[in-house]
Amino acid sequence: MRHMLNPLDFSVEEIDQLLTLASDIEQNFPKYAHVCNGKKLATLFYEPSTRTRLSFESAMLNLGGSVLGFSSADSSSASKGESVSDTIRVISCYADIVAMRHPKEGAPLVASMKSRIPVINAGDGGHQHPTQTLTDLMTIRSLKGHLENLTIGLCGDLKFGRTVHSLIEAMVRYPNIRFVLISPDELRVPEYIRDDVLRANNIPFKEVDNLDEAMPELDILYMTRVQKERFFNEEDYIRLKDCYILNKDKMKLAKPDMYVLHPLPRVNEISTEVDDDPRAAYFKQVQYGVYVRMALIMTLLEVEKPC
Amino acid sequence: MLNISGLSEGVVLDHIQAGKSLDIYYHLGLDKLDCQVAIIKNARSNKMGRKDIIKIEGPIEHIDLNVLGYIDHNITVNIIRDNKIVEKRALTLPKKIVNVIQCKNPRCITSIEQELPHIFCLTDEKTETYRCLYCEEKYSKK
Repeated sequence: MRHMLNPLDFSVEEIDQLLTLASDIEQNFPKYAHVCNGKKLATLFYEPSTRTRLSFESAMLNLGGSVLGFSSADSSSASKGESVSDTIRVISCYADIVAMRHPKEGAPLVASMKSRIPVINAGDGGHQHPTQTLTDLMTIRSLKGHLENLTIGLCGDLKFGRTVHSLIEAMVRYPNIRFVLISPDELRVPEYIRDDVLRANNIPFKEVDNLDEAMPELDILYMTRVQKERFFNEEDYIRLKDCYILNKDKMKLAKPDMYVLHPLPRVNEISTEVDDDPRAAYFKQVQYGVYVRMALIMTLLEVEKPC
Repeated sequence: MLNISGLSEGVVLDHIQAGKSLDIYYHLGLDKLDCQVAIIKNARSNKMGRKDIIKIEGPIEHIDLNVLGYIDHNITVNIIRDNKIVEKRALTLPKKIVNVIQCKNPRCITSIEQELPHIFCLTDEKTETYRCLYCEEKYSKK
């Protein structure tokens, strides 16, 4: 039995198989409508995350399965003091697979140690969010046709944004990847990403603070939101929140086949005037997220691919 | 010269960095054992200048060599039987240590579920870096 706790738990080949299955689901959607008939997904969300939860639920319903679960710790036995280990033992009797979101880092790992059914980490604090990373990989692969030979710009909050850290860790496994890290000084990538991931793998990268200058060389621009909840000081948040706003003028500087990704929700960092640009891929990314979660559920449940 | 009587059966931890013997005494839980324990501080050493030594009466099974390897893998472990050194054990950095160091990350699941063991795994031997099994928070010895 396998779990999905960290995107690096799967080899490059396994990720490739998963993304190939997700692409097949995209192209032959009706074929997959009943492959999980009779199977149940439990969504254990100890903190609210409507988007991720609905994406998982949509994925399971698309496969013909059903869903049950809770969407905040208040409506679970955690409010009565039940441990994650006990909860998962109970849920193992009710469902066939679990997607868990928890504010504490490592909670899905603890669950996986006691679980009789596969556990998917649907986000644990600032630690990992593997299905977002898989979504990002699928979006890049679907739109560019490959995951190699790319210059990827990451812009905004590179310090606290776990999606950025996970994407860097996942992309360094592919050949000829370059990164342009665009952020104010205060929000640069943490030292461990710079030293243990980028330098340790001899990945070319540069850190800049000017988005306009970086635009022409990018194949992918991954925008992020400056998250208010990460700041202790409101003044700092207000000073930094609008440091990068992607608009039509900036898009004119980009290659015609550069794509803009964003894990959403966006606030001000992408002007709505960019939404109609064919290179704006952030809503397509949401759709890819459903396909990749469908592929992941099938893979972990060891469901046979339909003919 | 200070004389400490020899051991007929037991363990001698030699080449302990001077001043570290009491830390090791507590980390190994020697304070909880009934047997005789001798702590020698600041002994003269050709190799180290000064060193500490701990002599413990009784079988080796009382001692968690994993913990010792984590604290200082340069320590020499001499096993004594019938008044003779019968074995010298080399220590290595353990791959995994349980309940020796505590995860300090307030966002870690161990911060709210107290019954979970604090497990750290060796992730970089060169820098002697350990990471929390659950949240991957770094703990560097150096």
